[in-house]
Amino acid sequence: MNNSSPVEALSESSVIPQTKPYEYVLEVVNARKEFPGVVALDNVSLKVRPGTVHALMGENGAGKSTLMKIIAGIYHPDAGEIRLRGETVHLATPLAAQEAGIAMIHQELLLMNSMTVAENIWIRREPHNAFGLVDHAKMHRMTTELFDRLNIHLDPDAEVSELSVANRQMVEIAKAVSFDSDVLIMDEPTSAITEKEVAHLFEIIRGLRERGIGIVYITHKMNELFEIADEFSVFRDGHYIATHLSSEVTRDDIIQMMVGREITQMFPKEEVELGDVVLSVKNLTLEGVFHDVSFDVRAGEILGLAGLVGSGRSNVAETLFGVTPATSGTIEINGKEVSIQTSHDAIKLGMAFLTEDRKETGCFLPLDIQENAQMAVIHDDFVKYGFVQEAKLEKVCLEISQKLRVKTPNMHECIENLSGGNQQKVLIGRWLLTNPKILILDEPTRGIDVGAKAEIHSLITQLAHNGVAVIMISSEMPEVLGMSDRVLVMHEGHCTGILDRADADQVKVMDLAAQ
Amino acid sequence: MTTRTATAPNATLAAPSKKRLPQEVSILLVLFGIAAFFEVLGWFLVGQSFLGNMSRLQIIILQVSVIGIIAVGVTQVIITGGIDLSSGSVVAMSGMVAATFAQQANWPKIIHPALVDLPWFIPLLVGLAVGAAAGFVNGWLITKTKIPPFIATLGMMVSARGVARWYTDGSPVSGFTESFAMLGNGLGRWAPVVIFLIVAVVFHVVMRYTRFGKFTYAIGANPQAARVSGINIESHLIKVYMIAGLLAGLAAMVAIARIKTAQAGMGLMYELDAIAAAVIGGVSLSGGRGRVTGTVIGALILGVMLSGFTFLRVDAYYQDIIKGAIIVVAVVVDMHRQNKRSKTT
Ligand SMILES: Nc1ncnc2c1ncn2[C@@H]1O[C@H](COP(=O)(O)OP(=O)(O)OP(=O)(O)O)[C@@H](O)[C@H]1O
Ligand SMILES: [Mg+2]
Repeated sequence: MNNSSPVEALSESSVIPQTKPYEYVLEVVNARKEFPGVVALDNVSLKVRPGTVHALMGENGAGKSTLMKIIAGIYHPDAGEIRLRGETVHLATPLAAQEAGIAMIHQELLLMNSMTVAENIWIRREPHNAFGLVDHAKMHRMTTELFDRLNIHLDPDAEVSELSVANRQMVEIAKAVSFDSDVLIMDEPTSAITEKEVAHLFEIIRGLRERGIGIVYITHKMNELFEIADEFSVFRDGHYIATHLSSEVTRDDIIQMMVGREITQMFPKEEVELGDVVLSVKNLTLEGVFHDVSFDVRAGEILGLAGLVGSGRSNVAETLFGVTPATSGTIEINGKEVSIQTSHDAIKLGMAFLTEDRKETGCFLPLDIQENAQMAVIHDDFVKYGFVQEAKLEKVCLEISQKLRVKTPNMHECIENLSGGNQQKVLIGRWLLTNPKILILDEPTRGIDVGAKAEIHSLITQLAHNGVAVIMISSEMPEVLGMSDRVLVMHEGHCTGILDRADADQVKVMDLAAQ
Repeated sequence: MTTRTATAPNATLAAPSKKRLPQEVSILLVLFGIAAFFEVLGWFLVGQSFLGNMSRLQIIILQVSVIGIIAVGVTQVIITGGIDLSSGSVVAMSGMVAATFAQQANWPKIIHPALVDLPWFIPLLVGLAVGAAAGFVNGWLITKTKIPPFIATLGMMVSARGVARWYTDGSPVSGFTESFAMLGNGLGRWAPVVIFLIVAVVFHVVMRYTRFGKFTYAIGANPQAARVSGINIESHLIKVYMIAGLLAGLAAMVAIARIKTAQAGMGLMYELDAIAAAVIGGVSLSGGRGRVTGTVIGALILGVMLSGFTFLRVDAYYQDIIKGAIIVVAVVVDMHRQNKRSKTT
C-alpha cells in the first residue's frame, strides 16, 4: 500500500499516534434514544478499541442503526455521552462527526444517482484549481488512486445510476474509506453483494485494521462475524446485552444472546412432491442484458438463481415480471403462452416479485405500513366499486405483519421509521398477500436477522409445500444451496448450467458462475 | 404454520403510541390565529370587528371557492409529484369557450347566433370538457414524451391563454341565460360555496378511501415501486391531470356565472394561488404527502389574509409582498416538518 498517496495527504484527521493514550477509540456511555411510541435505545454502552473490528449483533429493530446514527451525528441521544479518543465530544451534525474522524456506511445506499462515481466520493471535498473551480482531472486521479489502493475496478466517470446495487455499495465503501477516519462504521455493508465482493471487502477491512482504525461492523451473517470480527456486542430490544471476544463463543451462544430463545433449524428444507410445470421460459432475451435463458419451474419447486453481481439474475426476474419486457423468447404459464408487458399483467397471471432494492423499488417511504403492505392487492381484491375495503385490509395486513413479526407500535406508523429488516418484512408481506402461484424473490432475506430468517425460510418452504413455484435469487451461497431444489447459474447474461440439489455445491456453482 | 421453530409470542405490536396531532389541526390553528390577529387589529386600527361582519365572511368564502375548486385538482397533481402551472389559463380558456354557449338570444353581441338560449348544463359540460381536454394534453405530454410536468404545463399555460384570446379576438363575452347564471348566484348566492364543498368532500373521499386515491399517493411516493406493484403510471397520471383540468373548467364556470362575464384575461395567476393553498395546507411538493382537507384550510388562510389586508386598508403592493412571504414560510415549515419526521424528534 502506498502510504504517501495524495488521497491520504488530503485527510485532515489525525494519524493514530504510536503510544496510545487511550484504550478505546470510541466509547458510548449509557445512551438513550426514544422515538414516539418506541424506546429505540435504553442505557446502551459500546466500547471500540483501535485496530479492531467490533461487530454489532441483534435482531431487526434492536437499535443498531439508531446507535450508529447517534455516533455519526445524525440523531442526538436523549441521554448519555460519546467519547472519542478518550475525550467527550458533542456531535451536533453529521459534518461535525466527519470532522471528528467518524465515517459511516449507511444501511441504505445514499449516493446521488445522477452524479458520477468520482463526484459522489469527493462531494464537499472536491479538489479545486487555481480559479477556484472543481479540478475534474485531479478528482479523477484521486479516485483512480483510491480505487487502486482498494483494488476496485470501476470507472470514476461512470454515472452511479448505471451501476449495479453491488457496485454502488463498493462506491459507498470506497467513499467511507477515503475519509481516512479513526472510526469507520459499516451498517450491513454485505447485504447486497456476493461472496466475491465480500472477500474483497474483508481484505479492505483487514488493511484498515492494521492501520489502527476502529471499525464497527453490523451484520446478520454469523459466518462473517467469525471471519472478520475481533469483538462483538449484542443488543436486544434497545438494551445492551453483552460484549465478548468472537473467538470465545459459538454460533449458538450468540443466537441465544440475540434472540433469547433457540433456533433449531436454519434451512428447513422439506421434500415436496413436485407438481406440473407452472412456468416455462424459453430463450428469454433482453437485448444487451441477457440472452437465451431457458428453464422450467414446477409447482412446489424452489429454483435458485445464482451468479456473480452483474450476471443478469435480477434482470431475468425483472423481465419475467414485466418491469422490462423481453425483446424475444417465450414465457408459458401452465402450458399456455402468455405476454407479460407490464407488472400488472404479471400480477394478474398470479405472479409476485419481491425486488432487490427496497429503497429504490420497494418501499413507499412517506406512506404507512398498511398502505405499503396492501398496494399489490388492491387491484381487484379488496376493492368494491373503486373503494378499498379498509376494515378487511386492516385485518389481513395486521395478520401478515404479526406472522412476519414486524416490530412496530401500530400499522399506521410511517414505514420510513421502521428498521431496515422490518421494512423488508413488510415488503415480503405485500407479496404474500397476493397469494401468488409463482413467487419471485430477489434477495428475500436481505437485512433480516437470524431468527426471522429461519422463519422466512420456513414460510417459503410452506408455500412450496402448498404448490407455489418459487424462484429465489440470493447472493448468499448457503441460502441458495440450502433452499433450492435446483440451482440455475448465470454468467454475464447467459445461463451456464442448472444443477440438481444433489449435485449442487459451492465449488460447482462458483465454477459455473465464474467460468 | 407447522414448521415454526420460534416460541416467542406475537407480542411485537405494542400498544398504540400516543397519537400525534394530525397536521390539519396545526393548520387550522394558524387559520384561527390569523383571523384573531385581524380581529384585534380591526378594533384598534379601524374601530370595527373583522369577523362580526356577515357580508365580509360571505365574500371571503365566495372568493375562496373558485381558487379552492382549482386547488383540489392541483393537490392531486402535486401528490403524484407533479405540478400544474396551467390552471389559471385553463380557467380563461374554458370560461371563454363555454361563455359563448351560455348567451341569451336578445343580447346585442352574440358570438354564435345559432347557439343561444341553451339549457344551463350545455355550457357547463362544454366548460368541463375543454378543461378536461387541456388536462389530457398535459398528462399525455408528460407520460408519452417524458418531459417534466413543469415544462408541459408551462407550455399549456401560455397556449391556453392564447386560445382564450384568439377565440373571440379578445372581446369579452356576457349576457348569460338566467339558468346558467344560477351556477354562480343560485342558492341565495351560496352556489359557488356549495359546489366547492361538494368537490372538496368528493375528492377527500376519493383520495382517502378509493383505489384511485391510494394509487395517486403511491405514484408520488415512489414511481418505480408503484410500477412494480402493478400500477399503470401512464394512464393514472393522465387521469389525474384530466381531473385537475376538469376542476379548473368547473371553477371557470362558477367564476363567469358569478360575475356574469368572461374575458380572456381572467384567472390570471390562479395557478399560483392554488399551488399556494395546497402548500400552505401541508401538501408536500416532493410528492406522496398531503390531504384535501389541508388544501381547503390553506385556501381559507389565503382568503382571510387577502380580505384582512383590504379591511385594514393595506396597500395592494404590500399585500402581494406579504402573500409571497407567507408561501415561502409555508414551504420552509413543510421541509422542516419532513426533516423532523425522518431525523431527530
Ligand atoms: N426515525 C424513527 N422514528 C420512529 N421510530 C424509529 C425511527 N428510527 C428507528 N425507529 C425505531 O427504533 C427501533 C430501532 O431501529 P434500528 O433501525 O436502530 O434497528 P436495527 O437494529 O438497525 O434493525 P435492522 O437489523 O432491521 O436494521 C425500531 O423499532 C424502529 O422502528
Ligand atoms: Mg439497521
